[in-house]
Amino acid sequence: MSGPDTSLWFAARTSRSFVLGATLTGFFAAVALVSLFWTPYDVTVLDIAGKLQGFSPAHPLGTDHLGRDMVAMVMVGAQTSIAVAFVAVGIGVGFGVPLGLMAAANRRTLFDEIIMRANDLIFAFPALLIAIMITAIFGPGAINAIIAIGIFNIPVFARLARGGALSLWTRDFVMAARVAGKNKAKISFEHILPNITNLLIVQGTIQFSLGILAEAALSYLGLGAQPPLPSWGRMLADAQTMISFAPHMALVPGLAIVFTVLGLNLMGDGLRDIFDPRLRRSRQ
Amino acid sequence: MNMYAKPLALVGALATAMVLAGATLPAFAAKTNLTVGMVLEPPNLDPTGGAAAAIDEVVYANVFEGLTRFGSDGAILPALAWSWDISEDGLVYTFNLAPGVKFHDGTDMTADDVVFSFERAVAEDSTNAQKALFADIATVEAVNDTTVRITLSKPNGNFLFNMAWGDAVIVAPESAADNATNPIGTGPFVFVNWAQGDNVALARNPDYWGEPAKLENVVFKFISDPTAAFSAMMAEDVDAFPNFPAPETLPQLDADPRFNVIVGTTEGETILTMNNRREPLNNIKVRQAIAHAINRQAIIDGAMFGFGEPIGTHFNPTNIDYVDLTAQSNYDPEKSKALLAEAGITDLTLSLKLPPPTYARRGGEIIAAQLRAVGINTEITNVEWSDWVNSVFLNDRDFDLTIVSHTEPFDIGIYGRDDYYFGYDNAEFKQIMADLNNATDPAERSKLLGDAQRRIADDYVVAFLFQLAKTGVANSKLVGLWENSPTQANDLTGVYWQE
Repeated sequence: MSGPDTSLWFAARTSRSFVLGATLTGFFAAVALVSLFWTPYDVTVLDIAGKLQGFSPAHPLGTDHLGRDMVAMVMVGAQTSIAVAFVAVGIGVGFGVPLGLMAAANRRTLFDEIIMRANDLIFAFPALLIAIMITAIFGPGAINAIIAIGIFNIPVFARLARGGALSLWTRDFVMAARVAGKNKAKISFEHILPNITNLLIVQGTIQFSLGILAEAALSYLGLGAQPPLPSWGRMLADAQTMISFAPHMALVPGLAIVFTVLGLNLMGDGLRDIFDPRLRRSRQ
Repeated sequence: MNMYAKPLALVGALATAMVLAGATLPAFAAKTNLTVGMVLEPPNLDPTGGAAAAIDEVVYANVFEGLTRFGSDGAILPALAWSWDISEDGLVYTFNLAPGVKFHDGTDMTADDVVFSFERAVAEDSTNAQKALFADIATVEAVNDTTVRITLSKPNGNFLFNMAWGDAVIVAPESAADNATNPIGTGPFVFVNWAQGDNVALARNPDYWGEPAKLENVVFKFISDPTAAFSAMMAEDVDAFPNFPAPETLPQLDADPRFNVIVGTTEGETILTMNNRREPLNNIKVRQAIAHAINRQAIIDGAMFGFGEPIGTHFNPTNIDYVDLTAQSNYDPEKSKALLAEAGITDLTLSLKLPPPTYARRGGEIIAAQLRAVGINTEITNVEWSDWVNSVFLNDRDFDLTIVSHTEPFDIGIYGRDDYYFGYDNAEFKQIMADLNNATDPAERSKLLGDAQRRIADDYVVAFLFQLAKTGVANSKLVGLWENSPTQANDLTGVYWQE
């Protein structure tokens, strides 16, 4: 009982990248959670007279060009970024994984071809450009940003699920399940899916960080979350022309993006090491 | 292979640069070329065929001239018409045209061209954006080659002013149809090239009838992004940016000895337009509530970094006839809430469409916060100009609130227009405008202008925010740029480089 579980936990504790990544990610997730209930200042209330303040006890990270507290802005911005990225990855997993599993279960059929070529088609487009196109057509906003980013997560997860599933379909325990009379859908969800969860979690972490970057990029271009909803990308855009006299306005959201994305990537790396027994063994 | 590629490319670039420099910069002479930065690219180059301010900002006084023109202080100066006589009854204007004026294509500019230009402007199929300028003209006759007689149907004290607008410039029948892409005027600069999406190039007109321009080559470069505009200025890629889009960087540019910051006034009344056609904005109490919810100074400080002057009506504060009505719509959130309660409004959400300029995008965020403070929610949508013109200004009218600066000079008359995007229809105001057109006595005009200003302020047609400041940046060696903007123009006729 204590065998594999303990060693996984042990591996997690001793993987430096995982510990650091999980700490950073956890910190920003906690910040976003707290911002749902409490922020030091209301981000929708402006204080023009108190604009562009530097670091001070009242405003530890200063204020922006409209006098809003940067701590509060980053906190609510974290909420926006994480919510957008989370739902976008959810769309990717929700559509991509079933598609990938179905393709693998019916491999070398017309169905498989259609699904995978359709995925190739989406993959062939530069993701961010299409996201810009989608938001330009349907109007800017957080919801459209989520959809745009989400669509590009579908082929990522579809390919991953199909690739992982294909190798599993030749394994003995799947054979046994087929002999036992289970149908393809049942096998896919009962036997294949649990065995590719590791892969999906690792990829999900990476996609999550890409989602945060994509949201920031769209908001930077004015196509993501619309004011007054704070967003790290738009904070950066607002800071641009003021960088020479109010560098904190760019530094604070910039570092928030850097550390969140770094955290998620480290965590993804760490998770891959932990889940892969061969890598784990070579490390010990 | 790679090792040689870079030096070779460098040599190539150097050679190109030397050739270019040799071609455009005569040795040992003062610099005679100029690059002017502009935020918006004009949709076409025909000032008689479009409302966009950017058209005039390129071609007014540079490529095209009218009978009269605006001076940098807003005075009406002679242009193609050297002098004029006005009959006793104020109905007949006789213009004496400058002799020997040629269009850029070599054809002569005569009285017939004036007749043609004005007939074209009022024709049924005319795309002139300001047909009202010509509304009182009964007949235009060419007496001889250099004399034009214009008879009005009723006296119009504004007639010479109207003739100075970019929309009233003189064009030639041979070239008028192509002016949108190949403008042919009589001005001191000729059109050279339009690289769409990037720049318009002009060159000195060697055959100009008046005093020739000092600059030889002028490029208007279109840079819409404030950050890019700032970088271009700092890198000296542009020599002047007469309407600089990033007011927050002005102190830094001002401190730089390479640049002069020119702060002046414009004719831009910046307003929060309320769609008077729509519920509940058709209720004056709601409009008044919105007006009282707005703190003008906070918008000027927050969005424009202090540049701009509060206005309480649609009139330029520097005009002697301006009436200060800001107190009538002062910042009073409590009154605003009371008015909303009186109107029986609860839980109001309004759409707020914001075009690209800084005053709108940043000002919109501030206004949204101020409205929220009195209990009005806004749904902000940032739109591009083309989208704004289509969905707000001209066709769909699908908006509750929008912010825009009306930069035409003396444009209070727009409140009397039928089917304008304000949706304001007031017979009394229209009557004041009609009386104003008939009035020539200065005292009476002054009174009527005051009445007009009060009428729209009393009706809270829109929320009047502030007079847009002209915040320009120019190379400190550049002389002769306009400090103020009495009309939308970048008049380069008198601009030159100091040694």
